Amino acid sequence: MHKKMAFSFPDEVLEHVFSFIQSDKDRNSVSLVCKSWYEIERWCRRKVFVGNCYAVSPRMVIKRFPEFRSIELKGKPHFADFNLVPDGWGGYVFPWIVEMAGAVPWLEEIKLKRMVVTDESLELIAKSFKNFKVLILSSCEGFSTDGLAAIAASCKNLKELDLRDCEVDDLSGHWLSHFPDTYTSLVALNISCLGSDEVSLSALERLVGRCTSLKTLRLNRAVPLDKVANILRRAPQLVEFGTGTYAAELRPDVYSDFAGAFSSCKELKSLSGFWDVVPDYLPAIYPVCSKLTSLNLSYATIQSPELIKLVSHCPNLQRLLVLDYIEDSGLEALASSCKDLQELRVFPSDPFGVEPNVSLTEQGLVAVSSGCPKLQSVLYFCRRMSNEALVTVAKNCPNFTRFRLCIIEPRTADYLTLEPLDVGFGAIVQYCKDLQRLSLSGLLTDRVFEYIGTYAKKLEMLSVAFAGDSDLGLHHVLSGCESLRKLEIRDCPFGDKALLANAAKLETMRSLWMSSCAVSFGACKLLAQKMPRLNVEVIDERGPPDSRPESCSVDKLYIYRTVAGSRFDMPPFVWTMEDDPSLQLS
Amino acid sequence: MSSENGKLLPETDAGGLNFEATELTLGLPGESRVTSDGVAKLGSKRGFSETVDLSLGDNKNTNKFGQSQIDVPEAAKSPVSKAQVVGWPPVRGYAKRRTKSCKYVKVAVDGAPYLRKVDLEMYNTYQQLLTSLEDMFSCFTIRNYLSDKKLDQVNGIEYVPTYEDKDGDWMLVGDVPWQMFVESCKRLRLMKSSEAVGLAAPRTPPKCSSAS
Repeated sequence: MHKKMAFSFPDEVLEHVFSFIQSDKDRNSVSLVCKSWYEIERWCRRKVFVGNCYAVSPRMVIKRFPEFRSIELKGKPHFADFNLVPDGWGGYVFPWIVEMAGAVPWLEEIKLKRMVVTDESLELIAKSFKNFKVLILSSCEGFSTDGLAAIAASCKNLKELDLRDCEVDDLSGHWLSHFPDTYTSLVALNISCLGSDEVSLSALERLVGRCTSLKTLRLNRAVPLDKVANILRRAPQLVEFGTGTYAAELRPDVYSDFAGAFSSCKELKSLSGFWDVVPDYLPAIYPVCSKLTSLNLSYATIQSPELIKLVSHCPNLQRLLVLDYIEDSGLEALASSCKDLQELRVFPSDPFGVEPNVSLTEQGLVAVSSGCPKLQSVLYFCRRMSNEALVTVAKNCPNFTRFRLCIIEPRTADYLTLEPLDVGFGAIVQYCKDLQRLSLSGLLTDRVFEYIGTYAKKLEMLSVAFAGDSDLGLHHVLSGCESLRKLEIRDCPFGDKALLANAAKLETMRSLWMSSCAVSFGACKLLAQKMPRLNVEVIDERGPPDSRPESCSVDKLYIYRTVAGSRFDMPPFVWTMEDDPSLQLS
Repeated sequence: MSSENGKLLPETDAGGLNFEATELTLGLPGESRVTSDGVAKLGSKRGFSETVDLSLGDNKNTNKFGQSQIDVPEAAKSPVSKAQVVGWPPVRGYAKRRTKSCKYVKVAVDGAPYLRKVDLEMYNTYQQLLTSLEDMFSCFTIRNYLSDKKLDQVNGIEYVPTYEDKDGDWMLVGDVPWQMFVESCKRLRLMKSSEAVGLAAPRTPPKCSSAS
């Protein structure tokens, strides 16, 4: 007898069930179950995430998911943040907007990271999507305040405009005034990246005043302290606030105005901004500190004693971004005051100085790891480290999901033993079984990669610089890290052998970046031939790679899987390996 | 950094290709390319990538699987200041900013199809800026325009760092005190030496920056 398994649920029921499944990974899994689930799922997927805009074409996405309402796209590789990707490399959003303008008129959300966004793109968005609600541009560039004016003028239902860390061309237009007087639906506005003189204060005040649902407001430096009070008073319901510039002579009337406005904001949970902050103004924010869960002081050039006072007022802090002015002593205070701390980022105040300018060492990190049991995510810049400290941190924090350590001088050894830091990082990957993201630094041999390949089974992203001895290092990572999606490497002696031996692995990953390593042009060609579903991009500003011997190393290499084939928008300094003898120049 | 016998060139190597002479060293006038113990100065490329680039076709870097012999040059440190490696430490503009806003200027190189951008606020001295430009445009030889030495013309074209100031005039880099330069510089251009004739020459040799 043949027992037939049939799903007797109607499609609508399945669709309803699927609507509770939000994560892309789960949705992707759902679509693999069977053909009918694939069909149902693709018609009801509302949010699409494309981790690499060149991995797929906009048409393919639209064809598979005809009814999506939200799209998230990422463009340039992460190392673009540090000037390693030349201007003009790519990551243009315009082709996506064009395709979606025609086919997805009900699009509501666009989230972009590291993409080039032109005013033309913004204008097309403003024109094409009648129900457009959310625009989040993270580390994007290529647009000006003209483009923003178009969005402001046309998007009647806009709720969120977030320009985090973007480079915006200063055209000094009063773009904020383009929000019509009838427009009141703003919930989140982040203009912290705008340069000076780009914001019309009176327009801002009126906008804030009439948008009574505004929850997030991150101002830019152009907004002076005495104007902040006016704005805050119009938005006492704010949950997240970024101050403008804090620089001001201490004047009692300004101070009390400011303090008064702050104390009327009973819902504040997150603060940022603090450019040029003068310590005397800090007590104005103490009344809101007890509710704060997130504090970004990475622009605040205040010293350790003031920082200690501030954090000791914030017992509910979960997230802290701060400069290394906080010093070890400040981190010890943090460890004793903020038991709910989950994420800590300590940035260098003087990254290019040779000598330490502050007393921030591995001790601060150890203190926080010991005092904050919920600590999960760390980004720490410092100038010395020891294996002993790393082992202690690893044992204290087995729940780490993100651990990024940057010892400022490349190849710095354990300062106590002068040995490599292999054992210390080895302990991190061994104890922190859920580690998803890791950045290495200091003196490291192939051994650390052996540890990583052996233990870091949940690791998804690894960043490596000035480390390793040989191809074995790379081989350990590529062959051992089962969950690896993104690998970025610079200035390491990794070459052809490990790459070619693990070619198939590359198709299971989103991307691999290698710059100033030892991968030859010949190997790149071979890899591209072997793996047709990888784009192997050689980025070399010295001229065509075939004008040099094949054994010559390429400058930069970016490899990513794709179902869209070679891209059409490559600049002259990017070569992909094609099968035909003449290199393709786009 | 002290001034050595800036006029002397290092020895050519046996192959006749004078790598050091054609090596990029943007320097301020009067500075030598080599320190007294003969080690290549900071201004030249160093580190792993240098070893690779200078040994074209030479597989000394990896002889067999797993065994590489990387010769990291020792000359990576100076006690006073250090040359900046591009993109290291990995800090973004916003994290570096302390009191002033970014001062991004575009950098064009004659004959190159691409532009780069640098943030002048990132540097404290001309030397730091020029070193960073070297790293970015590593295929070009940039000439120390104020020294009289005749560089080996093996590589042919040399480039002179110039900038456009607030008044729209093109000036030679190194002309004015550093901070004044940062404030007035609108963009940079690495101009071919032959075209740089006629640009305003500095009236006095700029001092080595003491503020590093």
